[in-house]
Amino acid sequence: MQEIWQALVQAVNLIVSLDAEVIQISLRSLYISAASIVIAALFCVPVGALIHFHDFRGKRVTINVIQTFYSLPTVVVGLLVFLFISRSGPLGGLELLFTPAAIIIGQVILIMPVLTGMTIGALSGVDKSIRDTAISSGASSAQAMKAILFEARFAVVGALILGFGRAISEVGAALMLGGNIRGYTRVLTTAISLETQRGDIVLSLALGIILISIAMVVSVIMNILLQRY
Amino acid sequence: MAFLQTVDLEQRAGAAVLLNRVNLSVEKGEIFAVIGPTGAGKTTLLRLINLLDRPYGGDIYFDGEKITDPSCNAVRVRRRMSMVFQKPAVFNNSVYENVAYPLKLRGGHGKDARSGVYDLLDTIGLGGYAKRKAKTLSGGEAQRVALARAVVTQPDLLLLDEPTANLDPGTVKMIEELVVRFNRDRGLTVIMSTHDMQQAQRVAGRVGVLMKGELVQVGSPDDIFYSPDSARIAGFVGMRNLLKGHVIMNEKGIAVMDVNGREIEAVSDLPAGSAVDIYIRPEDVVLSRAASAGSARNDLRCTIRSIVPNGPLCTIVTDCGFPLEATVTGRSAVELGLVQGQEVYASFKATAVRILPSMPA
Repeated sequence: MQEIWQALVQAVNLIVSLDAEVIQISLRSLYISAASIVIAALFCVPVGALIHFHDFRGKRVTINVIQTFYSLPTVVVGLLVFLFISRSGPLGGLELLFTPAAIIIGQVILIMPVLTGMTIGALSGVDKSIRDTAISSGASSAQAMKAILFEARFAVVGALILGFGRAISEVGAALMLGGNIRGYTRVLTTAISLETQRGDIVLSLALGIILISIAMVVSVIMNILLQRY
Repeated sequence: MAFLQTVDLEQRAGAAVLLNRVNLSVEKGEIFAVIGPTGAGKTTLLRLINLLDRPYGGDIYFDGEKITDPSCNAVRVRRRMSMVFQKPAVFNNSVYENVAYPLKLRGGHGKDARSGVYDLLDTIGLGGYAKRKAKTLSGGEAQRVALARAVVTQPDLLLLDEPTANLDPGTVKMIEELVVRFNRDRGLTVIMSTHDMQQAQRVAGRVGVLMKGELVQVGSPDDIFYSPDSARIAGFVGMRNLLKGHVIMNEKGIAVMDVNGREIEAVSDLPAGSAVDIYIRPEDVVLSRAASAGSARNDLRCTIRSIVPNGPLCTIVTDCGFPLEATVTGRSAVELGLVQGQEVYASFKATAVRILPSMPA
């Protein structure tokens, strides 16, 4: 117990002293996961809205399939993307393997089902009377969709926070697609995994604290922004 | 052509007929109430007029334009009307934003419009509520916000779907006064659905009765409440004394009818031998302890079966050979010393008796 406590104190010292490597890994993690969530949101929120607002054959099945992929294992995503972007894969010519872009691709695919499904769920939770009120007030279809999205904003932002959390905390895809290259593709999770295996518990703990802190700060900022609007 | 007209309007949900060939005409500047029991199709009718749903058949004309035409721009038409729903829906932002929403949709939210919103908030009695979260309002306050949102753009037609259902009497009165005021001051045409017959009487110039998807009678509130066209309308508008009988003679427009062996006189041209439905409003029946010396043609000796207090009034159920209800004030009941089992005289004028050829049940 004493050792853990000492390690924890040293970890906090590493953070407070702005250790260059710790800062670099943290910023990279933040950048990659933020890029992933922005790209995924730009695609998934409109797609979720399209699915919600339109009735089509197989809609229920589509939603069930999306929900099934909530539990998509990160290593499976890593493997699939690896097959596509490895030298012998169909996108091998782009030379994406073991780059930050490869990790972003993996994380986008990983969080897409959660983000799409939760957007659909968020919109379904908005009372039908809101749509009627918007339409009756003279809203066009696009304006009515905007009004409903606005009503669902808390749940949609909740989905974004969840998606961000899943992206920044996953290790499988980051390791398989990024290769954990020091100074280039090493992110918080892959670094924790490596440093723990190497016995550098203090560094692992420091990175773990940062990881949780980032998730917390993002959540708090999003909620403060929501309260304003 | 009327300002708003429906022609053979039909709506269905699967095999169920929600509206059956409804032909409704509403003139510009009037308040028209659609009354009917729950499930009669009132909401369905208003939703069709507001183009929220597509009709199964028939057409709707609004200000001379066939708005059910597929080529008609629904958004443009909707922007000339507005609707308040039974369950007040408010957006999850401020009261001001809720009321200003239709203006923003139209891109007309300048300085004048902003001051118009504040004026409107004052008018509905929510002047200090502009920045308050609309979700924190009470049901009555939310409904007033919904009403303000519906009139902020000064529409040509306001549709109100049971706007005061489940609200307290004070709020009901306030909303009714606002509707009448908007109609009077702005010339706003209003179509309001309600299952509250007294509300229709208080607010509307004309009333249409919708029953099981059919518009069965249209007329002034007095026409509907005192001269219902059928037993089911009479039952709905509160005619408690629904009797069956037949005309035994008719002399100079006064029909004498037999009802369970008792004679009742009414103003009618129906000839002797006609089977008739007879309606008498309880408030038109006067009870007295002695035979009436007044002008009432009908004066029946009867026995009080029960006395049911109803607010400031009492419903007295008597047996005249047939059940006959009378409404008296509680004070009158005390002054007359009315008690169960007592023998009294029930009198009513021939003009207070509404008779129609008997309809099969």
